[in-house]
Amino acid sequence: MHKHTMREPFLRISKRGSIALPHAWGIRVSSVILAMILGALFVVAVTGLNPLDVYASMYRGAFGTERNAWVTIREAMMLLCIGIGLAPAFKMKFWNIGAEGQVLVGAVCAAGLMIKIGAGLPNGLLLLLMAAAGMLGGAIWGIIPALFKAKWNSNETLFTLMMNYVAIQITSYCVALWENPRGSNKVGVINQMNKAGWFPKLFGQDYLLNVILVLLLAVFMFVYLKYSKQGFEIAVVGESTNTARYASIRISRVYMRTMALSGAICGLAGFIAVAGADYTISTSTADGRGFTAIIVAWLAKFNTFVMILISFLIVFLQRGASEIASDFNLNEEASNVITGIILFCIIGSEFFINYKTRLNRRKEDAK
Amino acid sequence: MTQFIALFGEAIAFGTVILFGALGEILTQKSGNLNLGVPGVMYLGGIAGLTASFLYESAVANPNPMLCLLLSLIAALAAAALGGLIFSFLTISLRANQNVTGLTLTIFGGGIANFFGGSLNKLAGGVGQISVSVTSHAYRTNIAPLMKLKIGDFPIGQMLFSYGFMVYLAIALAVVLAIFLRRTRTGLNLRAVGENPATADAAGISVTKFRYLATTIGAAVSGLGGLFYTMDYIKGTWANEGTIEALGWLAVALVIFSTWKPLNAVWGAYLFGGLSRLWLYMPGLNRSSQELFKMLPYLVTIAVLIVVSLRKKRENQPPAHLGLPYFREER
Repeated sequence: MHKHTMREPFLRISKRGSIALPHAWGIRVSSVILAMILGALFVVAVTGLNPLDVYASMYRGAFGTERNAWVTIREAMMLLCIGIGLAPAFKMKFWNIGAEGQVLVGAVCAAGLMIKIGAGLPNGLLLLLMAAAGMLGGAIWGIIPALFKAKWNSNETLFTLMMNYVAIQITSYCVALWENPRGSNKVGVINQMNKAGWFPKLFGQDYLLNVILVLLLAVFMFVYLKYSKQGFEIAVVGESTNTARYASIRISRVYMRTMALSGAICGLAGFIAVAGADYTISTSTADGRGFTAIIVAWLAKFNTFVMILISFLIVFLQRGASEIASDFNLNEEASNVITGIILFCIIGSEFFINYKTRLNRRKEDAK
Repeated sequence: MTQFIALFGEAIAFGTVILFGALGEILTQKSGNLNLGVPGVMYLGGIAGLTASFLYESAVANPNPMLCLLLSLIAALAAAALGGLIFSFLTISLRANQNVTGLTLTIFGGGIANFFGGSLNKLAGGVGQISVSVTSHAYRTNIAPLMKLKIGDFPIGQMLFSYGFMVYLAIALAVVLAIFLRRTRTGLNLRAVGENPATADAAGISVTKFRYLATTIGAAVSGLGGLFYTMDYIKGTWANEGTIEALGWLAVALVIFSTWKPLNAVWGAYLFGGLSRLWLYMPGLNRSSQELFKMLPYLVTIAVLIVVSLRKKRENQPPAHLGLPYFREER
């Protein structure tokens, strides 16, 4: 039946014990450069434009004016915030694909209070309430799948994925309920006149508070994962549930606690989106960032400071690509194509960081 | 009654999109690969088929319907398979994480499809929609005499035979896939790879080859869902509103709902299709409450997920090695 011939593999692959940091970053940077080249090829093939013009236009779109730069920063902070929320779940190897839903539920809770209370409370108090409601909503959305995973080992990837769609429908329900003006099927800018529930300006900047909040969160999560007992438990459960059981860590409790935290931070991101960026609510408040953030968290190996870099890279590409779209009369979706290409390259590059490859030189072997 | 028949038709149409997606994903998952790129792959299939027939129809004065059909079918299969190949290369050869790679494939596929879809709309001229009427007509041709079949007053012909050929192709594929998985040696080997790749490897089965083939062919099959949606359901046009993505995720849900059995997927698909459209036929819904109704298919999937994990019947469990990579050296 089978031919038993000895065949040397073309490539020899072996796992690296460790890799020098500059070497690893060299590989990562070259993967980004490769992605830029592939992206340029795509743009040239489709449009026939000079790729250098295109990248110059991307840079203008992302950082060209002060306003553009701040929007880029705001968007990067949103992505980062969700990534920070996902980090503990993924470190625990709990596949929380449901950030999109957790963000939306948080945003709905926050927007609801913003609309119903309005200027009835001092702004600071209202913001605190909104933040609390957003976190609570997100936490509930995170705990439900964790509960079933803990009790009956339900598949969390698919559970959280489905929860996204339930959240999207709840959002459309609320949008239809709160629509303004009537019949528009949009909520419109909430409290445009009195700005109740809007983030206050800090030093004249609209989005500085977003930056401060998210960076504080990044520091907190870094410390939590690296130095706290709970962070250690997360790491053990993620490496091996058997080891965790042996160390008498109560896995179901860790699942639920971590997912509550993860969902709460995603809910907080929803609150920030409503109160600090969009001042409205719609089904595109999360806008796919719940999925993109998974990739951010994973590629950064849950290091929140590396996440800052990756968030900026992705947002730069997306904002840049939408600038190209308007400059060269292309379609907005070009940004997702370029994001996809760059993510494929970064994902692929991890292999060369973790493994050594060596070509087999057959002729020498034959002698 | 007429309402029921209309809903039945919609359930079949939506269901077929989901069914193609789910059948491809069942094949993929049986090899142990969890490809979350199904929506992306469906997007790729849809846009490739549309582009191919658009280019052909606008290049020739009198397009031949048969050729239209063939060209778009081949383009869709090839593009979707290419998506599966990217996924396979990254996860199998480069050992990347499957969930992350799959999600990226979804972003990428959606980007490519909507980018070219939008551009095609522009090429077709201004505000106009592109339309590949000849191809779409070929896809929607049904067997006219059978359609008039009636039992008493009951329009059984309309209910069963008023659809394009891809509806029946999907059912046939489900039967073939079921026989392949349960009754053939290759199917057995494939299941072994998904359940326990180390054992399969020791038995001389090439895990890499099986995973590559199952994932690539699976993606091609899933891509047909996107093709059916663009050609049949929206009649050879392009709409940039994310329905394919939502249906793609439903296809992933259906794989679980069917407990990885192609024949269960058939009726499950029509059930999902019906549940997704039920709100259109419910009396007394206003604009807000109909949104709540659209949750149904997702709630049903969640319920099934819970029930499957509660009952723990062995034959209903996912492939044991689903979503996990296999590296011979790391045993």
